[in-house]
Amino acid sequence: MTESTKLSAKDFSTDQDVRWCPGCGDYSILKQMQTVLPELGIERKNLVFISGIGCSSRFPYYMNSYGMHSIHGRAPAIASGLKAANPDLSVWIITGDGDGLSIGGNQLIHALRRNFDVNILLFNNEIYGLTKGQYSPTSELGKTTKSSPLGSIDHPFNPLALALGAEATFVARSVDRDPLHLREVLKRANEHKGTSFVEIYQNCNVFNDGAFELWTDKKQKALSSIKLNHGEPLVFANGSLGLKLNGTKPELVKLEEGQDTSDLWIHDENDAVKANLLSRFFDKYLSEESFPRPFGILYSEERFTYEAAMAEQIENARKLKGDGDLDALIQGSNSWVVD
Amino acid sequence: MFQDKVLKKVTIHFAGDSGDGIQLTGSQFTNTTAKYGNDLSTFPDFPAEIRAPIGTIAGVSGFQIHFGSVEIDTPGAEADVLVAMNAAAFSKNFINLKKGGTLIANEAGFDKRNLKLAGLDESHNPLDEIPEADFEVHRIDISKINREALKEFDLGMKEKDRSKNMFALGFVYWLYHREPKGTIEFLKAKFSKNPEVLKANIAALNAGFHYGETIEAITRYKVEKANLEAGTYRNIIGNQALSLGLITAAKKSNLQAFFAGYPITPASDILHFLSRHKNFGIKTFQAEDEIAAITAAIGGSFAGSLGITATSGPGMALKGEALGLALMLEIPLVIVNVQRGGPSTGLPTKTEQADLMQAIFGRNGESPIPVIAANSPSDCFDTAFEAVKIAVEHMTPVILLSDGYIANGAEPWKFPSSSEYKEIKPHYTEAKEGEYLPYQRDENLVRTWALPGQEGLEHRVGGLEKADKTGNVSYDPDNHQNMVKTRAAKVAKIANSYPDLEFIQGDENDDLLVVGWGSTRGSIKVAVRWAREQGLKVAQLHLKHLFPFHNELQNVLEKFETVIVPELNNGQLSKLIQQEFCKEVKPLNKIKGLPFKAQEIFDKIIEESHD
Ligand code: SF4
Repeated sequence: MTESTKLSAKDFSTDQDVRWCPGCGDYSILKQMQTVLPELGIERKNLVFISGIGCSSRFPYYMNSYGMHSIHGRAPAIASGLKAANPDLSVWIITGDGDGLSIGGNQLIHALRRNFDVNILLFNNEIYGLTKGQYSPTSELGKTTKSSPLGSIDHPFNPLALALGAEATFVARSVDRDPLHLREVLKRANEHKGTSFVEIYQNCNVFNDGAFELWTDKKQKALSSIKLNHGEPLVFANGSLGLKLNGTKPELVKLEEGQDTSDLWIHDENDAVKANLLSRFFDKYLSEESFPRPFGILYSEERFTYEAAMAEQIENARKLKGDGDLDALIQGSNSWVVD
Repeated sequence: MFQDKVLKKVTIHFAGDSGDGIQLTGSQFTNTTAKYGNDLSTFPDFPAEIRAPIGTIAGVSGFQIHFGSVEIDTPGAEADVLVAMNAAAFSKNFINLKKGGTLIANEAGFDKRNLKLAGLDESHNPLDEIPEADFEVHRIDISKINREALKEFDLGMKEKDRSKNMFALGFVYWLYHREPKGTIEFLKAKFSKNPEVLKANIAALNAGFHYGETIEAITRYKVEKANLEAGTYRNIIGNQALSLGLITAAKKSNLQAFFAGYPITPASDILHFLSRHKNFGIKTFQAEDEIAAITAAIGGSFAGSLGITATSGPGMALKGEALGLALMLEIPLVIVNVQRGGPSTGLPTKTEQADLMQAIFGRNGESPIPVIAANSPSDCFDTAFEAVKIAVEHMTPVILLSDGYIANGAEPWKFPSSSEYKEIKPHYTEAKEGEYLPYQRDENLVRTWALPGQEGLEHRVGGLEKADKTGNVSYDPDNHQNMVKTRAAKVAKIANSYPDLEFIQGDENDDLLVVGWGSTRGSIKVAVRWAREQGLKVAQLHLKHLFPFHNELQNVLEKFETVIVPELNNGQLSKLIQQEFCKEVKPLNKIKGLPFKAQEIFDKIIEESHD
């Protein structure tokens, strides 16, 4: 029996006071993480959280595991070194939209393509919280903030499209206000062998309150969002709308009750082309023609992990050349004796 | 008849176009000469561009070797022999040929086209104007003779011409009574898959060797074996020695080495070397940038490996923030800076010692990190070993300074057996479950290392200021002052573990002291030796530990009225000494991207002795 089967959510929390603003979406994410961990069968000693800088990056201090609150944007690189050095660890990278997509953009995209078996949770609140409210690389165009009093003229990133473009092998989206869904996605991220990229919409109630209301508000979310389930047709708005593919062109379909849905777009997590289409469902405002924002696992692919390839090369080198003989190496192939 | 002349030491400079295989020619002559038993020192000098315009001065690649039957400490200043494969090589290097020296010129490289490319007057062949009384000139149409020698081979003209460096090498072998045997073995391995090219290269080498016998009244030279200490030797390049030192130290610490690097001149060879030796269990990681390289290494160290990264000045600047993190985390980490000419991109392929201040001070906040420097190609081994030892035993990042000169330079090395090195002991904790305090310290103020995967020792670290002992985040004013002072005291205590400070020449009873650090050791040694041979009372001290300084340094400096500090920068060690010890010194600064000539240091000694 592993230690974790006996653990509860409380065992994963530390004695440190949690210092996020009251009402911050980070609380929910922390709670879902602590709740889901006992089910994952990971021993605490093998669990490591690595974060960068920003509100979300305080996360490791609150997890009773190994952890490092590092420097701005570099958590993916630190985690890469950590996982390369010890592949047995369960490694979770906690980052935000400023940390992961702005200052640490390079580290993020290269971690994604390398595919270490680690999990990246990007808390997206579309704002710089810790520095008190400047627009971030995911803030919408025209956003008025302290540093953009006349509105932001920066075109924002589409994080999931970026992740797919960076050759990520697991791409998902969830939201702080949907605990059940978030826990499910965290579980799947953990199961995935390779880098799991999870974007989590997180409300910053102090500097960007309601940024994700469209997808969390009870009245609006039925029309504005769609839950993805592998092998199931894309249906939303309480069963009244569906999505169909006309070639590679998505189309909205009105559904009657009891209508056959087998000719709708069937979600296939392993289909990269469909995942790319879904990632482009990025409308910020609701209209007659707008497509719903997808939540769940857009894409998942089996690909060898970096650490496995690294181990294999070392193994092969040992087979080919034998275990390194240090003194022979120091001597080299061209020595001579002076008497 | 040939005449044989015995010489004690000789400097040969091979120069040609970067496509002429000059580095290979030079290193072959070096290996053969080392095996013959001479002491030697080499210095490659190549352009920053991979394919600089053919035939131009910018495209000249050079390789200088200084070898002898006596002790050799530098690659030599002026050359006794210049091998010039074309007009540009001649034009760039002739000025550096000693009066009375030998010029071997490839006549084919002096046609109108080549003269023009070299920026010379096309109507005058400069070879015609060399005063015969002052130089011994061998004008050989190497290209033509070589083509002739290879006429039976089924190869294109271009491929045949590519072996003309072997002809030149063969001739120099003959001139200096060297056997081409080792080079033939080398060629066999190099061209094993291309028998025609192999045969052509061997034929070219032999043709050059036999060519010597066809010219009359030529002097051949003998340089007898050096009186080297008995033992087994190999030829070693600085970056190789450094890599070997890292591997040895990892083994002696029982740690897996995790090396993360980003390609940069002149440090990349360390990444290349280590990635070729995966069967030693070394993990290498080519990162996406300099920042990722050091942070990945930090991740490796956090996991319990020996994190290492290597770079050069510009990369060092990018690593600054992560260095601060490593010192806050107090984990072992080795950062190698193979210095090159700066600032900014500066002179990538030239040498300089101008990153000393950057190493000691180049971070935000109060951020003491130990700094040590290698002083010769072979010394890179011991210095790397010591860097690892300090990092592991004192739980700290350590900066190791090398530079382009010793990184690419070579010398014979009486290599050690790994058994001569003591075990390095990582600072693991013996804390029981639940009682682990990450920032609890021992008498040296060193904290312990608990590794992810160890049960009951779970803890969090980070870049925020931490509370004493627990390591929890703390914004307490007194705690911050205490932690800053503690980190400084911890690094200061490393000086207690240094070996004794020893003079390289002379002692504290001498009148004048020359203090250096890093790659200038050899040139200073020669200059001080000359001064002592002239009866001057001059001592030489060479610093390996730049931060913290040796505990005895101040005492030693106080004993001398005149202290000269030669450096390949604008006076950085000079300033450090003056600031730390209020001791006035005489700086000797050279900032040309080139090493010191012993003469330059000697002149300074003379100048200061007469005052
Ligand atoms: S500033 Fe915003 S994101 Fe940061 S803790 Fe407060 S509410 Fe949360």
